[in-house]
Amino acid sequence: MSEKNYLTTDFTLRSWFLTTDHKRIAILYFASLIFFFFVGGAAATAIRIELATPQADLVSSDVYNRLFTMHGIIMVWFFLIPSIPNTLGNFIVPLMIGARDLAFPRLNLMSWYVFMLGGCVTLFAILAGGIDTGWTFYTPFSTLYSNSYVIVAAAGVFIAGFSSILTGLNFIVTIHRLRAPGLTWYRLPLFLWSLYATSVILVLATPVLAITLLLMATERFFGVGIFDPRIGGDPLLFQHLFWFYSHPAVYIMILPGMGVINELVSCFSRKEVFGYKFVAWCSLAIAAVGFLVWGHHMFVSGQSLVASLVFSFMSFIVAVPSAIKVFNWTATLHKGSIHFDAPMLYALAFIGLFTIGGLTGLFLACLAYDVHATDTYFVVAHFHYIMVGGMVTAYFGGLHYWWPKITGRLYSEYWARTAAVLIFFGFNLTFFPQIILGAEGMPRRYHVYPPEFQVWNVLSSGGAAILAVAYLMPLFYLGYSAFFGKRAPANPWDAPGLEWQTSSPPPEFNFETQPVVTREPYQYNERFEAEPQNA
Amino acid sequence: MTEWRPPIALVGAWLALLALLALTVALAYLPLGAGNGVVALTIGTIKAGLVAAIFMELRHRGGLTLIFAGAGLFWLGILLWLGSMDFLTRT
Repeated sequence: MSEKNYLTTDFTLRSWFLTTDHKRIAILYFASLIFFFFVGGAAATAIRIELATPQADLVSSDVYNRLFTMHGIIMVWFFLIPSIPNTLGNFIVPLMIGARDLAFPRLNLMSWYVFMLGGCVTLFAILAGGIDTGWTFYTPFSTLYSNSYVIVAAAGVFIAGFSSILTGLNFIVTIHRLRAPGLTWYRLPLFLWSLYATSVILVLATPVLAITLLLMATERFFGVGIFDPRIGGDPLLFQHLFWFYSHPAVYIMILPGMGVINELVSCFSRKEVFGYKFVAWCSLAIAAVGFLVWGHHMFVSGQSLVASLVFSFMSFIVAVPSAIKVFNWTATLHKGSIHFDAPMLYALAFIGLFTIGGLTGLFLACLAYDVHATDTYFVVAHFHYIMVGGMVTAYFGGLHYWWPKITGRLYSEYWARTAAVLIFFGFNLTFFPQIILGAEGMPRRYHVYPPEFQVWNVLSSGGAAILAVAYLMPLFYLGYSAFFGKRAPANPWDAPGLEWQTSSPPPEFNFETQPVVTREPYQYNERFEAEPQNA
Repeated sequence: MTEWRPPIALVGAWLALLALLALTVALAYLPLGAGNGVVALTIGTIKAGLVAAIFMELRHRGGLTLIFAGAGLFWLGILLWLGSMDFLTRT
């Protein structure tokens, strides 16, 4: 470990809470997200315990409503959306492009404070009594009937949205303006292409969420007719506005994960990514077409048949660039020198789980099947395969991959592989039964169910227990390694990216001298011009 | 770095926005039928243009910044286009 790195420049609390160093801000986000992940996870645990038996044992229906709402709101806005961009992205983007920091370091710090303010407001809503609308805040329930803390929770999400916008803005400007000499667009690591596409969505979609929540609060608070048809509103307008943001938000959540997988598959196959340009442009295609499909959440809402047909068609179209990525990762593996290190286990798990999530999504894009599956566990399983099986798995993969760079320490490969296998096993045991439950017609958002569904629910709850243990494991072995792990060399994976050409952990301003890029990315078959610094 | 703008442009734009707001409110009381919506939207578009040109300083920007500003408008168009498709084709 070099004498002075970003962790050892200053040890005071002030130096952490007023830092403008992107690496330290990434750590602030990382610690915050761990907290929110376990808050959301606690709600999920309570849900799965309740659903182990057909009758209500643990909570009443009202408390159950608040539990799944809390789970959804926390996990979507306070874990999944910021997870990879604000932790791994914040840390890695400037290192990957050979810059000293993000374009707007103070804005970056501000985004964390805004995020924490939003998080605290939302936590207050939960602690004060909770919200029972579901994470979607659907009207007219949210505006007319709910007696829970709807406006406070919406305010928390509203505030957190500004944090997203600030991060997106920062990444866009950074990637445009601060690339090292020689780092052309087609030499950018694909992680940056995916973060760029994510940032575009963040900047363009998040304001619509803010507007939607503001309109909802206006109707609830002042009784202005916006969504209530009795006073001149349109009840479907809320869903149009909400999903105009929230479907692209699915891509905010999954695109960074896809970006991480490019890095992992390439590194642990020792090959360049197959079809680089296709994968790069597919990120932007997903970002663009992802804005044209929101109506597939509204097939049974009373939306017109013409609109449903168009949204169904577009939903099939958006699957194409995602499928291209899956095929390209598989082609990258072909004839590669595959190493089954822990990050690669997560990457392989991602490819399989994301594929199942994507294919079940195509079921739901079919109008006829969606009528059968709407609001069943089929939908729950589908989006968990994407969000948890996909995004969370990619997050863990990326975290393990860049952990030596972030902390300057190596973790226990044995425990990391064990956790990766357990997560894969636990995840499938949790959510595959839910696909079957949904296909058999079990509705979501009920705390009781007919006894014939119990076998699958017990399996699912058992899987959730394994998953919970597996998710806790990295907390211990990564936490241990951060303090007592073996010192990491600058480039433990022998990878060609710029982030591996500086010491581990990096110095405060990332590089001792300005790096210059002279070759394409992912050149694993070439010797590096600059020898890795085994600091 | 852009050259410094005299505040008169900002003050002028602000006054124009207030005047247009007053005009919107006043015209809302005239019985124009479907024309009320058209008038309100036209004034709204002018106000948005003033904000973009003066406050966002887009009149002095070029290239990439205009593309991103245009993207915002284009995406709003998508929201209105696909959103109205439902409203206009309901049976």
